[in-house]
Amino acid sequence: MTLDELSLVALYSAMAVYALAFMAFAIDLARRSATVERELEYRTSASLRVGVSLTALAALLHFAAAMLRGFAAHRVPWANMYEFAMTGTLLIVSVFLVVIWVSKVDLRFLGTFITGLVLLFLGVASVNFYVAVVPLPPALQSAWLVIHVFVATSATGFFALGFALSVLQLLQSRRETAGTGPRFLATLPDAERLENFAYRINIVGFILWTFTLMAGAIWAERAWGRYWGWDTKEVWTFIIWTLFAGYIHARATRGWRGTRASWLAIVGFSAVIFNFTVVNLFFKGLHAYSGLS
Amino acid sequence: MSRPSDYIDSRPELPDGGAPARNVPLNAVGWARWAWTQLTSMRTALVLLLLLAIAAVPGSLVPQRSSDPNGVSQYFVNNPQLAPVLDWFGMFEVYSSVWFSAIYILLFISLIGCVVPRAKHHWEAMRSQPPATPMRLDRLPGFVTLESTATSDETMAAAERALRTARYRVQRFDRDAPSLSAERGYIRETGNLVFHLSLVGVLVAVAFGGGFGYTGQRTVVSGQSFVNTLASYDSFNPGRWFHDGQLDPFSVRLDDLAVTYETENSAALGQPIDYLASVTVTEPDGSEEPRAIRVNDPLRTNGADIYLLGNGYAPTLTVRDPAGNVVFTDSVPFLPQDAKLTSLGVIKIPDGLASQIGMVGFFYPTQAEGANKAYYSAFPDLEYPMVTLNVFSGDLGLDAGKPTSVYQLDTSTMTQLNGRKVGTESIELRPGETEDLPNGLGTVTFDDARGANATTSDYTGSVKRFASLQIHHDPSRTWVLVFSLTALAGLLTSLFVARRRLWVKILDDGRRIELAGLARGDDPRLESAIADISRQLPSSRPTEGTVG
Repeated sequence: MTLDELSLVALYSAMAVYALAFMAFAIDLARRSATVERELEYRTSASLRVGVSLTALAALLHFAAAMLRGFAAHRVPWANMYEFAMTGTLLIVSVFLVVIWVSKVDLRFLGTFITGLVLLFLGVASVNFYVAVVPLPPALQSAWLVIHVFVATSATGFFALGFALSVLQLLQSRRETAGTGPRFLATLPDAERLENFAYRINIVGFILWTFTLMAGAIWAERAWGRYWGWDTKEVWTFIIWTLFAGYIHARATRGWRGTRASWLAIVGFSAVIFNFTVVNLFFKGLHAYSGLS
Repeated sequence: MSRPSDYIDSRPELPDGGAPARNVPLNAVGWARWAWTQLTSMRTALVLLLLLAIAAVPGSLVPQRSSDPNGVSQYFVNNPQLAPVLDWFGMFEVYSSVWFSAIYILLFISLIGCVVPRAKHHWEAMRSQPPATPMRLDRLPGFVTLESTATSDETMAAAERALRTARYRVQRFDRDAPSLSAERGYIRETGNLVFHLSLVGVLVAVAFGGGFGYTGQRTVVSGQSFVNTLASYDSFNPGRWFHDGQLDPFSVRLDDLAVTYETENSAALGQPIDYLASVTVTEPDGSEEPRAIRVNDPLRTNGADIYLLGNGYAPTLTVRDPAGNVVFTDSVPFLPQDAKLTSLGVIKIPDGLASQIGMVGFFYPTQAEGANKAYYSAFPDLEYPMVTLNVFSGDLGLDAGKPTSVYQLDTSTMTQLNGRKVGTESIELRPGETEDLPNGLGTVTFDDARGANATTSDYTGSVKRFASLQIHHDPSRTWVLVFSLTALAGLLTSLFVARRRLWVKILDDGRRIELAGLARGDDPRLESAIADISRQLPSSRPTEGTVG
């Protein structure tokens, strides 16, 4: 068995464990709804702890898959679409695990969203984006590949968490005003606290994104002879940066804080996903590294 | 007014974004002031930011002249009706269009109009002392009461020490009771201002660099030189304020272009692994120096940066008239058409033969034959090279004074003399071979770059390569980087340094201590900061950690 085949085995195993973790998190949400329905106080359920443990286990397998792929290719495992997806989702999970580890507030309720998102991306990536290991084209042979792409994918991890929190914030504020929405919301922090968490996570993403943009410009100057040329990927990086800059402004603008600001975070993360999928696959440009033809 | 009136922390002094108040006469000054307030408001800045994001989208959907001129030409061919309409709206030059420029210029005016008064206010705030302690602390966030175990003076001293260690600016007040008013994190606002002003710096530096810089392209066949003068560029895009005197007359000779291809990994056979252009730079003073250009590693010399952006083969072809006199000999760059370097080239011979002829040639570095008898290249390196030529006679159109591309042959007014279309064979040549041109026009030779009588068992080095070089000069690049870095530093400070006020008040003759704080901007650690200070006060309230 080659290293790359081992990597695939590890990845499929990780996906299976993620699926179990997703179920555990979903059971926890169901339990939250049930306690609200019976007007009991919600106490952290065992399934929540199982979900986190399974996610950590899956992340280890996922990490092994990425490492094996890297060893198989003798380079960092993020040089084509399949590898971006594999490493990017690993970073999303890692950011989630680190944040719930560090945060004093219990954010484990985001597990369903995170494991679901990761599972979806890994499924699409392993079925549709898989390519055999090939050497790096000369344009990618640079230390900036390590820095620029890694920071960009880390930013995606933070934006993903921020997105989930913003969506919950919208649901929560609707529940607070109209009383509608899934019952488990009653066990989550109120809309204002969700907004504050979303903001703190999104600004980390924004800083990383700013760095991505700058590192990309430095690299582009070396590789393509100009630091900025409105290549399609540069355009979308700029659009995402502007959207999140708008989000941060909105948070400080009377009348925009709250619901409107959170919509901007949601649109911003959607643009990140659009940039990763549609722009990579269908837009013509210099960032043509999907490895797919 | 230091901040726009719709800034979340400012008091709504003005009617929220409203028109001038009724009692103000609606004269020009009133309206101008109103318009300025509108333009510099947070809401306007936000809307302009979002407009900028939306306005950037079309440039990724439609090819842009700046980055993809061939794509634009192709778009006009494919969409003859739509393209002129889009062109009228500037859709092929989105980022230099009037509407895109209008948005970012307004955004920057709004930014300056917002930042300058804030900078003035911040300058004053930094030099003034923290404001007086509020009468009642119990309504403020993080309010705590402690039982003191020391005298009033001792508590005050301990509190001042703790606050100063935590880098607070401290002011004592004795209005109703002895109290300390402390503030920290002024640098948060400094960072914010630095960030915004740095963006202005980036914009100015980019404009300056674009105006005084230049970008040129030049194709150089190995063994040839190019001198950095206007005439020697294949294409040249100067900035608005560029003048010829800016070009230092250095020259660059391409000694060799070595390309390494993947030969073992079956999933990537023929994928290029490395390009290395070995060049000799001749300085304006005549001194020579061997240098190298790689992808990701440009040659920086004489204020210019030289990039290796493309490569291909330049077969050397020689045409002789029937008497054997050479009428044409040159290494002609053939443009790659696919990853295996099947390449297309054009040779034009206006003089010396019985009629003007043009030849359209294909070059296959490793020629192979497909099922339909069509040739293709199976590998990008020189394993089994071949040139095929179709000859056309007639008017080359060179005398009409119209600019023509050396890479294109307009065959509409010419007669094809050989090739599949007219039922004869194309001329097929391997390095070192000669064949007759049709109609007894003369002969054509595919010269072996290694010289005559070279071996045909190994074709390595038999055909010259060419390099597409881009020469770029940007005088303000470093400034763009410097301003970007200060922007990043400012952003980090403005988002992560907490700005807060803290008050310590001694009541009941020193027996009771009150603490409270107020966050200015997002501050997740306000309460823990108050707890930190209170732990260092001489109090009897059991607190975790050491009590100082």
